[in-house]
Amino acid sequence: MKSVYVVADNILSPLGRTTEENFSNVSRGQSGIQLQDNKALYTQPFYAAMLQPGQLEGYWNEDSPDNYTKFEQLLILSVQTALDRTEIDITDGRTAFIVSTTKGNIELLEQHPSDAPLQEMELFHTAKKIAAYFDYKEDPIVVSNACISGLLAILTARRLILSGRYDHAVVTGADVVTQFVLSGFQSFQAVSSEPCRPFDAARKGVTLGEGAGTVILTCKEAYIPANAILVGAGAVSNDANHISGPSRTGAELSQAMVSAMKNSMVSSTDIGFVSAHGTATLYNDEMESKALQLAGLLDTPVNSLKSYYGHTLGAAGLIEAIIGMHALQQNVVIPTLGFETLGVSEPVKVSSEMMQKEMKHFLKTVSGFGGCNAAMVFSK
Amino acid sequence: MGEVSITASCVIRQHRIYRNGELLWEASQDLNLQDFLRAAYDRFSGQYPKFHKMDHLCKLGWLAAEVLLKEPLDYPPAEVGLILANKSASLDTDLRYYDTVKEFPSPALFVYTLPNIVMGEISIRHGFKGENAFFTSDHFDTELVMSYVQQLFDENAVGAALCGWVEVMNEQYEVILHLVEKEKQGLPMNAENLQINKL
Repeated sequence: MKSVYVVADNILSPLGRTTEENFSNVSRGQSGIQLQDNKALYTQPFYAAMLQPGQLEGYWNEDSPDNYTKFEQLLILSVQTALDRTEIDITDGRTAFIVSTTKGNIELLEQHPSDAPLQEMELFHTAKKIAAYFDYKEDPIVVSNACISGLLAILTARRLILSGRYDHAVVTGADVVTQFVLSGFQSFQAVSSEPCRPFDAARKGVTLGEGAGTVILTCKEAYIPANAILVGAGAVSNDANHISGPSRTGAELSQAMVSAMKNSMVSSTDIGFVSAHGTATLYNDEMESKALQLAGLLDTPVNSLKSYYGHTLGAAGLIEAIIGMHALQQNVVIPTLGFETLGVSEPVKVSSEMMQKEMKHFLKTVSGFGGCNAAMVFSK
Repeated sequence: MGEVSITASCVIRQHRIYRNGELLWEASQDLNLQDFLRAAYDRFSGQYPKFHKMDHLCKLGWLAAEVLLKEPLDYPPAEVGLILANKSASLDTDLRYYDTVKEFPSPALFVYTLPNIVMGEISIRHGFKGENAFFTSDHFDTELVMSYVQQLFDENAVGAALCGWVEVMNEQYEVILHLVEKEKQGLPMNAENLQINKL
């Protein structure tokens, strides 16, 4: 059977323009979350991990960003940085161009409330515009599956490469902090009044974030760099319980974890760490603790990166998987910033300080509205 | 490896509901979408009050699954997958939700501002716990859906799947939903049979 490897990656976030910059900041315990005073988004100050004004614009070289929205700029700059690191010609007819997002250009609705440009807000239309920037002529693929989108986009790429339809894939994802999304989470009373604290007893909910992540995958030997990360198997499940509340038992997330490990031919004891979803809502983190117990992962270190990046929605699975890959390569487990006292019913080993550890695999999990869960194994 | 076949299909377009190519029911073209959905619910279910809370996208997908699955499927819950696509994602509901933001943001509408919620509603109704994927494209990309579903069968990630197209924007809508299974009598899973243009 073919194997799929990561050729190049990028994270563009409040913590930097390159993966290296991001990984270095995360390793130093630097969070992108800050108190935001932005009246267009909310009348009161709120915590979120947002790009600084002018940060994106400063990243452009000769091209003008004027024709692109913030969402589009995030994707273009992230893909460009990743593509600069590989020889793969994405216009060769053998490359998938996959875009992951939940809300895409929804910011346009806020900028033009009375006459929103509806076509510009269609996710596929936007993805085509991004693909065209890179001279990609075929139809891109858009994955929009709530907060599992980013990881599902990587899994989709792996599956389409294994199916023989493509040899390579550009997988990119982004979301932007908007009034639309912030007001929605606030309407659920789900937004934390302090930077989020995953798995902690005093956790108060989600902190939102924005950013982009990109991975470039291939099954072709010639393009695989030394020490490349192997994209293992993954699985998706649905709770079939509630559209906005997680499973009561965690059985369905566990089902996805167990399938991902089994199909990657690893056992729970082979997993160096679990990069959990860890949104810091009461119910999500509790559900995850039950799933970890059911999947036999209570002796495995677990972290959540939400306290560095906030919840970046359609980018979360990508950004967090990429940080996980670099942690795996460097044999470190990143601590969960803001975590002090375990606040879930199962004795999960939440990573609270930087740990050196020899390991070969990690498991990335995500869950989202609509009852969806996904899990994937990454190996070296 | 067994062939994957389309074993049942449901199409909802122009206020007509078809099952396996046969017109089951037709509503007056004068009805608006909301009233059409209500009439279709009364005709094909009538016993699922949660239906009334759903947005149009979920109602359409839910109705198609109801028509498609007259008999319960004989698969373990974790083996039934849902692979859907559309053009407008949840934009139809996004606009409705954003209208509430200035006054009092509606959590009941916000939960529907993601296209995959329709798969959640179908899963809750039928107890499906398997694979999910939601794609968007400007037309029903049968090649993509076919490749993805075939791969799910090839890696034994599913025993059966519901796949298709569930689109709505304002009054414009279209649903094409298929049940696909392995080693069962049915139509070959190919672009033409997935698209169902002839109805």
